[in-house]
Amino acid sequence: MSAAPPPATPASKSWTVRTRERAVDALPPEKLLPDGQPTYVASWIYVFGVASIASLIVIVVSGSILALKGPAWWHYTGVGHFFNSIHMWGVELFFFVMVVHLWGKYWMAAWRGGRTRVWITGAVTFLVAVPTALTGYVSQQNFDAQWIATQAKDGLNAVGVGAFFNVLNFGQMYSWHILLLPVAVVLLVAAHVLLVRKHGVVPPFELERRKAALTAAGAPGADGSPHAATAGERS
Amino acid sequence: MSVLASAVFNLNHPAHTVDWEFVHLSVANVVVIGLMLIVFVLALVLPFPGKARRAAARRGERAS
Repeated sequence: MSAAPPPATPASKSWTVRTRERAVDALPPEKLLPDGQPTYVASWIYVFGVASIASLIVIVVSGSILALKGPAWWHYTGVGHFFNSIHMWGVELFFFVMVVHLWGKYWMAAWRGGRTRVWITGAVTFLVAVPTALTGYVSQQNFDAQWIATQAKDGLNAVGVGAFFNVLNFGQMYSWHILLLPVAVVLLVAAHVLLVRKHGVVPPFELERRKAALTAAGAPGADGSPHAATAGERS
Repeated sequence: MSVLASAVFNLNHPAHTVDWEFVHLSVANVVVIGLMLIVFVLALVLPFPGKARRAAARRGERAS
């Protein structure tokens, strides 16, 4: 006498099961946390993405400390000056390396091979980072902040956003700076990194052409998918 | 320290700017843009540490 067969899998699974299955399909563990990268990634031009993330971490940590201690601390104590400077130079570094990263990816046409969303999330992150920095400059609580705010208000009023984005309103600018815009930047960066993990780092033009030729010739393993293009190139 | 810094960097004057047609940039921003261009070019031409070792290891794997 044999045991009864297991019940058939129900057609409609719970939303947690569906979400998990879709997530694992899109990003299996070996793609999410790879132990190797294609050999073409061994170039300085591929360093600036992770340098942007490193500087963003410095900005978030130093900014959290500044938010906890407040303006009197960052203006009138030595340690406060130190963290204020770390935060400011972290932002300088973030934009510096992000722009070099942007130039590198632009000249690589990094939107190739189904990477449109990778490119778009990166570009939108850059655009959102600009008002994040501006709201920081006007939240300093000093003459520099007042000067920048009074200069910026005319431009913002001219484009019609001054009614709900008032750079002369410290409370509003501070809220944008320490909550809304940083959350947007961090979420966009997370989406950007997950999309890079899903699609792989964009290969050089020459390698892509070689893979396309192999695919046309029907070579085994050269199916033209983004990861097939890099499968034999692990370091 | 602030006295020493002010002796090195005299900031008691309007910012120096670079003006060309409608382009109006502070010298500080022009310097940063120049540094970004230099770093970009260096990133393209400088060899990456360990690249030759990785390539040799890969050739060895293929040969075996």
